[in-house]
Amino acid sequence: MTAEPVGARSRTGYDAETLAALVADAEQILARYPDPRSGLLPLLHLVQSVDGYVSRDGIIFCAEQLGMTAAEISAVATFYTQYKRHPNGEYTVGVCTNTLCAVMGGDAIFDRLADHLGVGHDETTPDGSVTLERVECNAACDYAPVVMVNWEFFDNQTPDSAAELTDRLRAGETVAPTRGAASVCSFKQMSRVLAGFDDGRADEGVGAGGPTLEGLRLVRAAAAVDDAPGTPGTPAAATSDRPGAEVPPETGTEQSSAERRPTTPSDDTGPAGPADPEEGDDD
Amino acid sequence: MTELMAALTDTWDAENSWKLSTYEAAGGYEGLRRALRTDPADLVQMVKDSGLRGRGGAGFPTGMKWGFLPEPDGGPRYLVVNADESEPGTCKDIPLMMASPQHLVEGVAITSFAIGCHHAFIYVRGEVLHVYRRLLAAVREAYAAGHLGRDIHGSGYDLEVTVHAGAGAYICGEETALLDSLEGRRGQPRLKPPFPAVAGLYARPTVVNNVESIASVPGIVTHGADWFSSLGTEKSSGHGLFSLSGHVTRPGQYEAPLGITLRELLDQAGGVRAGHQLKFWTPGGSSTPIFTHEHLDVPLDYESVGAAGSMLGTRALQIFDETTCVVRAVSRWTDFYAHESCGKCTPCREGTYWLKQILHRIEAGDGEETDLDLLLDLCDNILGRAFCALGDGATSPITSSIQYFRTEYEAHLGGRGCPFDPARSTLFDDTPQAPPALAGAGGH
Repeated sequence: MTAEPVGARSRTGYDAETLAALVADAEQILARYPDPRSGLLPLLHLVQSVDGYVSRDGIIFCAEQLGMTAAEISAVATFYTQYKRHPNGEYTVGVCTNTLCAVMGGDAIFDRLADHLGVGHDETTPDGSVTLERVECNAACDYAPVVMVNWEFFDNQTPDSAAELTDRLRAGETVAPTRGAASVCSFKQMSRVLAGFDDGRADEGVGAGGPTLEGLRLVRAAAAVDDAPGTPGTPAAATSDRPGAEVPPETGTEQSSAERRPTTPSDDTGPAGPADPEEGDDD
Repeated sequence: MTELMAALTDTWDAENSWKLSTYEAAGGYEGLRRALRTDPADLVQMVKDSGLRGRGGAGFPTGMKWGFLPEPDGGPRYLVVNADESEPGTCKDIPLMMASPQHLVEGVAITSFAIGCHHAFIYVRGEVLHVYRRLLAAVREAYAAGHLGRDIHGSGYDLEVTVHAGAGAYICGEETALLDSLEGRRGQPRLKPPFPAVAGLYARPTVVNNVESIASVPGIVTHGADWFSSLGTEKSSGHGLFSLSGHVTRPGQYEAPLGITLRELLDQAGGVRAGHQLKFWTPGGSSTPIFTHEHLDVPLDYESVGAAGSMLGTRALQIFDETTCVVRAVSRWTDFYAHESCGKCTPCREGTYWLKQILHRIEAGDGEETDLDLLLDLCDNILGRAFCALGDGATSPITSSIQYFRTEYEAHLGGRGCPFDPARSTLFDDTPQAPPALAGAGGH
C-alpha cells in the first residue's frame, strides 16, 4: 500500500530539496513497521519538524507516502493533541492543570503565565516564541506542580519560577530542564526526535530526580544500618550484591525551583494510559 | 510491618543508571541468557507460577495472558508494551524508563522469546521527550551488545524492537485503542472479543503488557518464581512501585511488596505535610474510587483494596489534605475525562460532557440540591454502559466523593460557592501554619 513514487508529481508545495529530504526520512520511518500505515504518527511528527505544525502540505505529503486520502490523514491528525493545527511557537510551555498539579499550584502558575504572556490556552505570543497550554497529567506527580517545555520536565514550579522561565525562553537564553537534556531544544527539533530520529542526547541529564529515589534512599540507609544485604525483604537480597550503603542526596536537583518548606530535619534540601481497572485484559 | 525494598529501583541511583554497562554490572541480562536456554513454555509457566499480575491497573495475571495466545500458525505474533502512562496520579513507568530503560528492554526480549514474537513494540506516550531518547538509546545499545537482533547470543532467536512515540491521547493507554493507534489510526477502543491475544496488532495474536509488568520479568527469571511469589500476599504477589504525590512530606517512588498500607508508606515518606491532616486519597489513580483516613490500614493489594470499595489500579497514591476542596478536585478530574473521551460511544461522550457542566455549576455556587442526585443518576447511566473503562473511571471520583463528602458538595449549593482558599493547598502556600496542636502526620 505504499506510495507511488513522489517527487515531481507531489501535490505538496515543498521545494525539491525539502521534499527529497522528507521522502528519505519517510522511507526510514516506514521501514520500522510491518505495515507502512503504522508510520503515520511518526510521519506527522516529521512534518511538524519541518513546518512547525501539521500543515496542508504535510497532510498531503503523508497521504502521498501512504496512498491514503488527505481526509483520512486529517482524521488521524486531529485526534491527537500533540499535532498542532496552526503554527506553534518555538516552545510549547505546558502547565499541568490536572487535579493534583492544579491543587499543588498549577492553576496559579497557569494564571500567572497567561497574564504574564498575554495569551490563553493554545495561543502563541506575538513574537512566535511561546505557545501556552494547559496539559494533562504528565506522569511526574511526585514533582508537582510540573511545567513541561517542549515536553521536557520542569519540576516543582512556582508562578515566579515559571514566569522567569518564559522570560528566559523569550530572550533566547539556554534553558535546562530539571530532568532531561542539558538544554531545551526547539519545537521542530523535538518533533524530529519524536519521529524517531535520535538526536544523540540521551546521555545528557540525570537518571532520576530526588523524589524518584526517595524509597531507594531509605532502603540504602536501612541496609547501611543493618549491614546485612541478605535480609529478606531488603532489595539487596532481591537483586545483586552491589554495595548498597550509598545514600544518595535527597533531591535539590539542578534547576529545581522547589520552595517546599523544610518540614522535618531530614527534609532540608527540598524535594499510565487508562488504568482500565475493571477490564481483566488490559494488561 | 512491611519493609520497603529495591528490585526494579535497585540501579536507579547508580551513575549513568540508564546505560547498558551500568545495568549489566548489576547483573542485567542474566535473565535473558537463562531464558534463552529455557523452553518458552516453561517461561510462561514460570511467570504464571510467580503470580505476577498486570501492573498497568487491571491486575490480570500476566502469565495467563501470555498463555491465551493460540498455537503458532507460522504467522507473526507480537508483543506490544503499553508505555502510554497517563492515568492521573500515575508516575512510575516514566521514571523507570528514564532511570533504567534496560530493565524494560531485557523484559521485552525475554517475554518475546517466551511467546514466540520476533517483532516487539514499545508504545511510549509522546509527551516525555527525554524518556523517548533514553528508550531509543537503550534499544540501540542492546542491539549492539547482541541482546536484540539476529541470532541473539547464538540461540538462533531473532528479535526486532521498535520504539514508537504516541502523540497525546489518554485513551491510547487502553490496550485496543493503543493497537489502533499503533496501526496509524485514531486511538479508539475496539470491541472485545476478539481479544488481542487472538486478533491484536494487524489482527495477529498479540500480548499487550504494562511497562512495570514486563520490567518485572527479568527478576522472576533470574531469582525464580518462588522468590517473586514469596513477596506480597497470596493472591497479590511480588513487588510494586508505590507513587506518593501531593500533600506528603517526601513525595516519590516507594518500592515495596504488595500489601503495604498507606499508613506504613506515609511513615516512610514523613507523613502528610506538616501542620495538616489527610483528607482523601486515591489508591490507584483518578479512576479508582477515593479513600479517606478510614482506609489508612487497608493492605494495598488487589483483593483488599477491592473489598474496601476501590481498586488498586496503578498504586498512584495522590494525597490531599484538609486544605483541598473535594468538589474542585473531582470537577477537574471530570474535565479530564470529558477532554479525553474518544467520542466512540454515547454514554461516555455525552455523559462526561454533562457531568462536567453540572460539576462546574456546583463549584461556581450555581448548583441546586437536585444536582447531586442528577450526578449520581448520570454516573449510573455511564458505569457499565460505556465501551471501555474510561467511562467507568470517570464515575469513580464522583460517586465515591459524594459518598464520603456529601455535606461538602451541599456547602457549595444555592449561591454559596467554594468555601476553600485554593492558595492554601499549593506547594508554595505562605499563609501561617496551623498551630502546633493541629500539626503532625495527619491521620496517623
